[in-house]
Amino acid sequence: MGEGRLSLLPRAKMIEILYNIISDYTLRNVILGSAIVGIIAGSLGCFAVLRRQSLLGDAISHAALPGIALAFLLTLSKSPLILLLGAAAAGFIGTLLVLLFTHTTKTKEDAALGIILSVFFGFGIFLLTIIQKLPTSNKAGLETFLFGNASTLLQSDVRLMSLFALMIFIVLLFFWKNFKIIVFDYSFAKSIGLPVKTINIILTALLVFAIAIGLQTVGVVLMSAMVIAPAVAARQWTNSLSVMVLLAALFGAFSGISGALISSLVQKMPTGPTIVLVISAIVLFSLALAPNRGILWDMYRKKKNRKKIRLDNTLLNLFRLSKSHNDPYHAHDLKSLMAIDPTGVREAAIELEQNGLVKRAGSRWGLTKQGIEKARSLAQGGVF
Amino acid sequence: MAKKRMAVNVEDLTVAYNEKPVLWDIDMAVPKGILLAVVGPNGAGKSTLIKTILGLIKPAAGTVEIFGASYKQQQHLVGYVPQRGSVDWDFPTNALDVVMMGLYGKLGWLRRPGKEEKKLAMEALEKVGMSHFAHRQISQLSGGQQQRVFLARALVQDAMVYFMDEPFVGVDATTEKAIITLLQDLRKRGKTVIVVHHDLETLKSYYDWAMLLNVRRIALGPVKKVITPKNLEQTYGGRAPFLAAKSQND
Amino acid sequence: MLSPQAEILILAAIVAVACGLPGVFLVLRRMSLMSDAISHSILLGIVLAFFIIRDVSSPFLIIGAALVGVLTVILTELLKKTGKMKEDASIGLVFPALFSIGVILISKFAGNVHIDSDAVLLGEIGLAPFNRLLINGIDLGPVSWWIMGSVLLLNLIFIIVFYKELKLATFDSALAVSLGFSPAIIHYALMALVSITAVGAFDSVGSILVVALIIAPPSAAFLLTSRLHSMIYVSALIGIISSVSGFYLARIFDASIAGSMAMMSGIFFLAALLFAPGSGLIAKLITHRNRRYEFALSMLAVHLLAHEGTRKETEENTFTNSLIHMRWPKRFAEKVISKSVKEGLIVDDGKLLRLTDFGRSTARKVMTL
Repeated sequence: MGEGRLSLLPRAKMIEILYNIISDYTLRNVILGSAIVGIIAGSLGCFAVLRRQSLLGDAISHAALPGIALAFLLTLSKSPLILLLGAAAAGFIGTLLVLLFTHTTKTKEDAALGIILSVFFGFGIFLLTIIQKLPTSNKAGLETFLFGNASTLLQSDVRLMSLFALMIFIVLLFFWKNFKIIVFDYSFAKSIGLPVKTINIILTALLVFAIAIGLQTVGVVLMSAMVIAPAVAARQWTNSLSVMVLLAALFGAFSGISGALISSLVQKMPTGPTIVLVISAIVLFSLALAPNRGILWDMYRKKKNRKKIRLDNTLLNLFRLSKSHNDPYHAHDLKSLMAIDPTGVREAAIELEQNGLVKRAGSRWGLTKQGIEKARSLAQGGVF
Repeated sequence: MAKKRMAVNVEDLTVAYNEKPVLWDIDMAVPKGILLAVVGPNGAGKSTLIKTILGLIKPAAGTVEIFGASYKQQQHLVGYVPQRGSVDWDFPTNALDVVMMGLYGKLGWLRRPGKEEKKLAMEALEKVGMSHFAHRQISQLSGGQQQRVFLARALVQDAMVYFMDEPFVGVDATTEKAIITLLQDLRKRGKTVIVVHHDLETLKSYYDWAMLLNVRRIALGPVKKVITPKNLEQTYGGRAPFLAAKSQND
Repeated sequence: MLSPQAEILILAAIVAVACGLPGVFLVLRRMSLMSDAISHSILLGIVLAFFIIRDVSSPFLIIGAALVGVLTVILTELLKKTGKMKEDASIGLVFPALFSIGVILISKFAGNVHIDSDAVLLGEIGLAPFNRLLINGIDLGPVSWWIMGSVLLLNLIFIIVFYKELKLATFDSALAVSLGFSPAIIHYALMALVSITAVGAFDSVGSILVVALIIAPPSAAFLLTSRLHSMIYVSALIGIISSVSGFYLARIFDASIAGSMAMMSGIFFLAALLFAPGSGLIAKLITHRNRRYEFALSMLAVHLLAHEGTRKETEENTFTNSLIHMRWPKRFAEKVISKSVKEGLIVDDGKLLRLTDFGRSTARKVMTL
């Protein structure tokens, strides 16, 4: 297990690994393949997440399993193209069935997705156990589609994946603004005469293919995480769709490569789960720390806001109290303020004094000229 | 033909969900250059009416014409402001980008919005007083500001007929004033504006025409003629006696 | 003595019924996919609990693992509450992460844990008869019987005792609050129940196929019945039929028992979708056809009434006009008009369609609907 600690590797070993990556056939395929999976799933995932179809990805990837098994049973070939087309066809059928269930009966979307996901998967398992008992020689290897195994990627697989990735990418660029508008405002898009149904089908088909090309690397069980997680992480860092898609592709590629590398270098680390852990860590980091949208940022803003409200309230209360004395500069004991709201009055008064809005006279506190002006404008703002 | 001059002409429009009628046999002829409010209680089919005219919902019967031809042929003449709540405002985009979506119909399938489109969108934002917020993420806008962005998007459509679905819901007083000024300005420039409206009190001061709707068309015409206690009673049942009495006193 | 086949069959039926009970409420509360999330993440719970307890059949292991199931629900809700993502994304983030940790732990310490990745997905219901409960040398049947039997009993007791509260929290949580029940407590209790059920069923059918048994039979029952208690019975029945037919299907093809059970539950759902009286697809098509005429008759009457006595009457109230305005095909329009005449709604004088008094009152009645 000693080779598992990547961070503690000596420099020479690092260089050796780097050299291996470039020269080693398997490693090169692993890296290229998982990068492609991450890029494509990450970028298409943005649209799925924004349309609240995150879990459709889960249903599609599970539904693809019987497609792979059937494609093999019908052709007895493990050609990557045939398996990929089988996966995509089954994924697409699964999606259509979800639509059929929800649009024609009172079945709700969650139940429809759950049924497609588990029943198709069951059918896939059923077929896989039949295949295992076939007398043919090349039946082994289909189980890798369950959890994925990047080191089984051949150069021909990677070539095919790149081809599909390229096609997906071109279509994405072509239809960019159409995808954007139907995701943001479907009825407006329809009202300006865009063929929304066609655009919708194309977008769904892209998602299906994006998932299908990732199955060998990540596996059907965990592929949905590659669709959802990069998008959620990317959303934290930007308010622009194009940047979000680029970032999601980057996060996807990074988690794909590092996960696949770890799993090829460390023994007994399945690829899919390792990739998922890397991308989950990125999500956690982004949720907590991203500027503006990060949770820490929220907390800081809330605290600052609360402090401001407390200062304003103290100032206003002093102003109101002195009004009843016909003397705006009339000083008060802080206890009369605490009667209104006891929390943090003294701290607020001290801070107001530092800002020159309040003046202390013995144990009594009064407004300065500046303080009166500020209080008056606050009172007129009508916020309190 | 008298029909030709009508900006919007709806005949015998019936819309049903699961064979249950939501709109019954609606006739609606709206001449060019008026500002029309569509009013009625909740569930009266106001939004459904607009959506059906815009081809978003398929009617069970009836015809819709915009300036004498079908909606499909005339959609370049139509601008649309959907309900603000119908979209996810956390979508990663800014105000300018949303306004530019109003030009996508004219851009066709593949062309991307360029400098010219940006300029038009900025001008529209200027008109609704939102040019300072052009690059603001849309979730950081207030309800009123979001509504103005939607309005600007309709403005860049440079339409002849505008349909607006409850543009005054959840907006502040300043925005409400800005919106109505804008609508009246559109009307002055010869545009036809059809608005789903909720507030009976502002009806007379805001609009030229009104349509009272409750599944059926109760009345359509100039506000003063249409807003009668009898019509209101028919539209709202017994639910708006206070307003009916009030409009009598006006 | 029962044959191993019979023992497996009985176990399959127990599993199916136990899964369907909480499933009914998940489906009604539109939380079906929580079962997917829970059934995945309990894998981590099982592994962790095993590290501590070192006994696969201990009831504490079930409880420990179920805790992770509830944790999944809490984490999902926390993520959603941050406001940074929608609910679907939060579900889709939590369970893959927890499941991945579980799979990696199994894979790294495979020698120590008596589970492997295949068993995680497939379950080993076929091996159930080999693991027997022996007390004082007396054979009390497979251990799984007792585990799943207890889970089934627990689910039954919970649903019987809290039937009223469950029903209220499901259909009207606002009313539940005002009556002093806490929907949150009911919610978490239900999630705990789903977790325990999933852990119990895990051995037999694996983590993904348990989802089929939790969602599909209740969804089929939802289409077949309109009352809560009959939905529970029907769901249990469909669960049993799915598991039994699945078992025989697997025997014929010599394939995975759990896989075919899931498949059969899907097929029965599909059957319900097509043939359910009232809400099934075929029934809907038939009523749609019938109602189409009914609706067309009243539409024609309303149309005629609207234009009666107006200047445009001669233009509007004709056969050709009804063709154009209603967008009816010619044959359909002919049928509608002849039906209207037959029912005494209108008279057709060859030129104009005129309403009868009965037709007029019918039109007024439908308009005030």
